Amino acid sequence: MYSYSDFDEAFVRARVAQFTSQVERRLDGSLTEDEFRPLRLMNGLYLQLHAYMLRIAIPYGTLSPHQMRQLAYIADTWDKGYGHFTTRQNIQFNWPKLPDVPAILQALADVEMHAIQTSGNCVRNVTADHFAGAAADEIADPRPYAELLRQWSTDHPEFQFLPRKFKIAITGAPNDRAVTKAHDIGLRMVRNARGEPGFEVIVGGGLGRTPMIGVTVRDFLPEADLLPYVEAVLSVYNTLGRRDNKYKARIKITVHETGAEEITRMIEARFAELRPLFGGNDQKLLAEIREAFAPPAFRNAPVDAYDAFYKADPTFRSWADTNLSAHRNAQYAIVTISLKAHGQTPGDATSDQMRLIADLAERYGHSDLRISHEQNVILPHVHKSDLPALHAQLVKAGLGTANVGLLSDIIACPGMDYCALATARSIPVAQELATHFEALKLEHEIGPLKIKISGCINACGHHHVGHIGILGLDRAGVENYQITLGGDGTEDATIGDKTGPGFAYTEIVPAIERILRAYLGLRLEPSETFLQAFRRVGMEPFKQALYEAEGEKDAA
Amino acid sequence: MSRRFTPKIVTANRLREGDVVYLTADDRWSPFHHEAELIEDEAHAQMRLLHAAAQKLVVVGAYLADAKPGARGPEPTHFREEFRTRGPSNYNHGKQADLAS
Repeated sequence: MYSYSDFDEAFVRARVAQFTSQVERRLDGSLTEDEFRPLRLMNGLYLQLHAYMLRIAIPYGTLSPHQMRQLAYIADTWDKGYGHFTTRQNIQFNWPKLPDVPAILQALADVEMHAIQTSGNCVRNVTADHFAGAAADEIADPRPYAELLRQWSTDHPEFQFLPRKFKIAITGAPNDRAVTKAHDIGLRMVRNARGEPGFEVIVGGGLGRTPMIGVTVRDFLPEADLLPYVEAVLSVYNTLGRRDNKYKARIKITVHETGAEEITRMIEARFAELRPLFGGNDQKLLAEIREAFAPPAFRNAPVDAYDAFYKADPTFRSWADTNLSAHRNAQYAIVTISLKAHGQTPGDATSDQMRLIADLAERYGHSDLRISHEQNVILPHVHKSDLPALHAQLVKAGLGTANVGLLSDIIACPGMDYCALATARSIPVAQELATHFEALKLEHEIGPLKIKISGCINACGHHHVGHIGILGLDRAGVENYQITLGGDGTEDATIGDKTGPGFAYTEIVPAIERILRAYLGLRLEPSETFLQAFRRVGMEPFKQALYEAEGEKDAA
Repeated sequence: MSRRFTPKIVTANRLREGDVVYLTADDRWSPFHHEAELIEDEAHAQMRLLHAAAQKLVVVGAYLADAKPGARGPEPTHFREEFRTRGPSNYNHGKQADLAS
C-alpha cells in the first residue's frame, strides 16, 4: 500500500503541532469556542451528545495491520476499548477527552493516519470499492486514482471552503460496490471502443433530505484527464453552489437547478481551460503511486483441503456461502469479516478484535485490510487452503458470523445514542432486528437483503438505497420510524419509496416482520430475492401487509 | 394573553471531558439532571443562560432545555434530553456507568 512521502509526513506532523497549540490556547482561554470550533472540525473533532468524537480517515478503506493495531492502542489508551467503523470508510472514537486529542493525533501520525478533512465543507475521504485490487470483475484497481485524488484534494487552497461538503467515490468494477451514483462525484471505470480504461463521471448524486441519483456528465474520460476534469467539476460547483442556503448547497441541488445539459457544458468549458495547465506531473505521480499498489505475490498451492472442508463442515459452509466473494485469482477468496454479530452494534470492533484481525491479515491475508462502507472488515487476499483455519480463529473471537448480505448485515448510523444531529435512535433498532430474526431462524430463508437505518434525514445510514430503508424521526416528541422499500445502492441505483405513515419504536420490528412475511408468501421461488419480488409486484402487497392487517392503530 | 412559559433547565457539555452537565441554582455544574435549577420565568432563563455561556473555560454549547418538576427534582420532557442524562443504549457507558452507585 501507499507509504507517506516526506511531504505527506511533514504536512501531517505540522498539522498535529498546529492543533496541539490550538487545543492549548482553547484550554487557557486564548481562543473562544466560536474561534476553536472550525479548527477542531478541520481535524475531525466533533462534540456530540455525551462526549467528543474523533473521526479518522481510512483513505479508500485501506488499512495495514500495523495501523489497525495502532487504532486498537488508541482505543485502549484514550477511549473505551473499541472503535466504530462508518459508512464512509472512517473510524470514529466516541469518548476522547479534549486534552488527549493532540496525543491521539500524534499516535495516528506515527502510522501515517490523520483526521484531516473528515469534517467541514471540503473534499472528504475518497471512498472506493472495498474489494479493490482483488475482485474478479474489476477492470483496474481504483485505489491509485483514489490516492491521487487524496493528495490533490488534501489542503487544496481553492477547495477548503466549498459551499458544502464534497464526497467522491470510485470503483474499478462494473458491479458497483461503492454506491458511486449517490456521491457528489462518482467515478466508474469503463473501457472505450479501443479497450482503453477510463471513467464514467457521475455528478450530483446524494442522499440526505433531497435524495438524488447522480447524472452522467461524461461517458468516457481518459484516465490522464482525471485530475483536470475533477478540478473542473469542483470549480464550477464552487462558483455556482448555493452558499445562501445550507439545505440547497450540495452539488446535487446545483445540478438540479442548473440542468444536466448546462452544467455538463460548463464543466467541459472549464475543463478546456484547466487541461493545458496539467503538464504531466500528475501522471508521473500516478505511475509512482501505482507501484505502491502492486498486487501481492500470490501463492500457488492446492485448494483440495478447502473443498474437502467445505463439504464436511456445515458451519464453515454456511460462512463460506455468505462471507466469501470471488477473487481474480481462482485459488484465492475475498473474506468479509462481519462486524454484525447478532445483537451487537453494527460496525463496532473491540481493541482485541482489531488486534486479532491484524494478526490474521499478516498470517493469511498478505497484510492487507479493508473497511467497507457496509461497516465490515475485509481480508481481500486469502488463499482458499487457509480459510478453514482462518474461520476457526474468527469464530473464537466472535467474528465468525455468517450473515454478509443477509438481513442482519445492517448498516446503521450512530443515531441518537451518540450523534447530536440525530432525531431518533438507530443502533438499538438494528440490534433488535438482528436478534428477532435470528430467534425466528428466518434470515437464511429470506436470503439476500439490505436493511439500512438512519437516525435522521441526513441519511448517513444510506436508508434511501436500502432494499428496506428505515428513517428515524422525532414526531411530536416521540421516536417514529418511516419505512422505504425498493432502494438499491448498486449500478442500478434507485431511491426507495415510502410505504406510508411511520411506526413507533416498539412497532418498527413487527412492521418489518410483516413486510418480510408478505415477501415469503408472494415470492415465485426461493431464488427470487426481496428486491426482485418488490420490483415485480410493487408497493401494494407490502402496504397491505403493513397497514391493513393491523388496522391503522399502530400508524402514527 | 401570552403563552405559558415551559419550565427550563440550563445544560451544556464540559469543555475538557465533553460530559453533559446541568446548571444548579447555587451556580455549580452538576452531572445530575435532578440537581438542575428549574427555571419558571423566561427573563430569568435568559439571565441564567448568559451566566452559563460566559463560563468559556468550563462548558461548551450551553442551551435551555424543556423540563418538568419531578419527585427528586427536574425531569426531562423530551427523549433526547432523557438520553443525555444516561448515555448510549448500546453500551453501559457514560453517566449510567460513571455515576452508578
